[in-house]
Amino acid sequence: MNNVLGIINLSINQPLLHELTYHRTTATVPFGGRYRLIDFVLSNMVNSGINNAAVLTHNNFRSILDHLGSGKEWDLDRKQRGLFILPPTNTSSTSFNGDLQNFHGHLEYFARSSEEYVIISCSHMICNIDYNEVVKAHIHKNADITIVYKELDATQEDLSNLHIVELGEDNRVIGMTEQQQRHDNNKVYMRMIVIKKDLLVDLVKKSVSQNYYDLVRHVIIRHLHTLNVYAYEYKGHLAIINSIHNYYKSSMELLKPQVWKALFFQPGLIYTKVKDEPPVEYTEGATVTNSLIANGCIIEGTVENSILFRGVLVGRGAVIKNSIVMQKCVIESDSILNHVILDKDVHVTSGQQLEGKLSAPTVFTKNSRV
Amino acid sequence: MPKIECVAMLLAGGEGKRLSHLTKKIAKPAVPFGGKYRIIDFTLSNCCNSGIHTVGILTQYQPMVLNSYIGIGSSWDLDRKNGGVTVLPPYVEQTGGRWYKGTSHAIYQNMAYLDQYDAEYVLVISGDHIYKMNYAEMLNQHKKMNADVSIAVIEIPIEESYRFGMMKVDENDWIVEFQEKPKVTTSNTASMGVYIFNWRKLKAYLIADEEKKETNSDFGQDIIPAMLANHEQLYAYRYKGYWKDVGTIDSLWEAHMDLLATDKPFRLHDPKWRIFTKNPNQPPQYIGSTARINRSLVNEGCMVFGEIDHSVLFYGVDVGEGSVIKDSIIMPQSKIGKNVTIHRAIIGWNTVIEDNARIGNPDESTEITLVGDNQTITE
Repeated sequence: MNNVLGIINLSINQPLLHELTYHRTTATVPFGGRYRLIDFVLSNMVNSGINNAAVLTHNNFRSILDHLGSGKEWDLDRKQRGLFILPPTNTSSTSFNGDLQNFHGHLEYFARSSEEYVIISCSHMICNIDYNEVVKAHIHKNADITIVYKELDATQEDLSNLHIVELGEDNRVIGMTEQQQRHDNNKVYMRMIVIKKDLLVDLVKKSVSQNYYDLVRHVIIRHLHTLNVYAYEYKGHLAIINSIHNYYKSSMELLKPQVWKALFFQPGLIYTKVKDEPPVEYTEGATVTNSLIANGCIIEGTVENSILFRGVLVGRGAVIKNSIVMQKCVIESDSILNHVILDKDVHVTSGQQLEGKLSAPTVFTKNSRV
Repeated sequence: MPKIECVAMLLAGGEGKRLSHLTKKIAKPAVPFGGKYRIIDFTLSNCCNSGIHTVGILTQYQPMVLNSYIGIGSSWDLDRKNGGVTVLPPYVEQTGGRWYKGTSHAIYQNMAYLDQYDAEYVLVISGDHIYKMNYAEMLNQHKKMNADVSIAVIEIPIEESYRFGMMKVDENDWIVEFQEKPKVTTSNTASMGVYIFNWRKLKAYLIADEEKKETNSDFGQDIIPAMLANHEQLYAYRYKGYWKDVGTIDSLWEAHMDLLATDKPFRLHDPKWRIFTKNPNQPPQYIGSTARINRSLVNEGCMVFGEIDHSVLFYGVDVGEGSVIKDSIIMPQSKIGKNVTIHRAIIGWNTVIEDNARIGNPDESTEITLVGDNQTITE
């Protein structure tokens, strides 16, 4: 995969997760007890042998810089190639028209790279995928563009605001529509494509010169009939983080052992910024069941059906149920939490009762004190 | 090369014979400890947290795992342009090759390493001990006392003195007598194997020692007694915290149980003094609906469906439903089946304990059971 550039495209209109994205971009929303959303796509790229990766950022990218740093945790701190964080190219005097504008502003990066192919991916489709297989299929089909999709159960999933792919013979893409309502066809476009670099550069230049600025609409959909666009089916576990509701639901799915094994180990491990936290300490009287617990936690109370990020303190008599508790939160003694999401560094004083709804978990913002 | 005031020399060549199967393929400093670490992490983290960023690591016995573990030192923030870690194995030169004969001989062989930094002080430490210590404070005291050598000391029960270097000190903590592992002594002040030497002074003694015919080239047996005989200024630096030599199966097990005590003499949860280690990139642990965990330390990547009481689980350990693990230590990536009972045992790396097996004995008068690495134990 020395011949493939990895582009993480954050300059699309990413889904916003309300309170969780007040201070950060969607790509750095914490997920799975110790990760940020972007860790999955970046680890997938690295595990597939990609050693030249770029992150096209949009707004609020301070948290991206902080999290990715030099790319060391992903083994991307390299003298040659490595990790590139490309800042937004629209300034205060120019408006942002769409993600192609950002590609256009960074054409030099593409020109300077020697790779023949490009993988473009978003960060909010959480999966563990081997891109080698996608590129292999792309070359085998002699495709111009290969898109990645996943067949989802429409009765189980909320497919709103997703692109549904229509396939013709031999997995050729013949239609892509933004889904508003439930549909019997449920092949969801995962916002991942493989394309030859020269073709991408060409299409970006042409589109922008005609004031077309959207990668999906103007590079893919507009060319469905003039280019060979093929689809690759991803069969592993997929979590689509496009709303608080889905964020909560996808998080709770990690409590199924088969999902835990699939997403975190197969085919590759997921890397993230290391915090050097010690193992979890369970004291006398701790009761923990069906939960995901990250290192650095000290648990004296009860935790059920929940996810605890790194360094969470759960006091004696405290009860946490059906909740997501992010890094370094403190839950003092005898507090009861049910169906809540606590962002980082939330401090719950003793004896509190925080109750959300399963359908709409209550979010407590970063650094708040209850 | 820019001058570095204090360079650490970390002795990591110990064979650790008394750790039996655990040191078959690895040196003692590489033995896993505390659910997440290896023994050497504690001294390396002490260096990093004390602001000592130039560390020579002297390896000898079974160095392969240790060398690749240390790498360029980035796990401990010791990958530096100037200084950083340097692994120093014994080497051969034109006049012949030499294995490190003793602890001080290892430093003698690497005098050029210390000279290149024009070091004023040498901190000699060993990768065999579990403790948290700020070496910078010891160095300050060493300078303040204008000592030639400072030796960190702790007070121990006198009946254990046969295992340690014991010393007598005067009312100002100057050392007046030093006995290496004495059979009989009246002192309870023991050396922790942590020394700060003025480098020029030490160098002269190392060269003199090399010319002797009868010598073990050992700090405790040769260098310190020679310095005392010459009336050099040897200062005893008193250390009050937790310090443990985990050289035997029993002491390794005990040190783990110390981590689980209600009133912990030694805490791993210490944001002000983090212990750094190489990261295995494992996901958060999954604790199943049938699990029950009390008084334990459990690391990332574990999947637990059984009952864990007063035990330590390293990364990637699976424990099946109906199994009970009590007063035990399970090293990385070992898989414990269903309905297994494990009492007072240490289970090595990557070992499989099949369903219904019974290991160890809950009776406190019995020995700790050790199951080595890469074993398969059936019912």
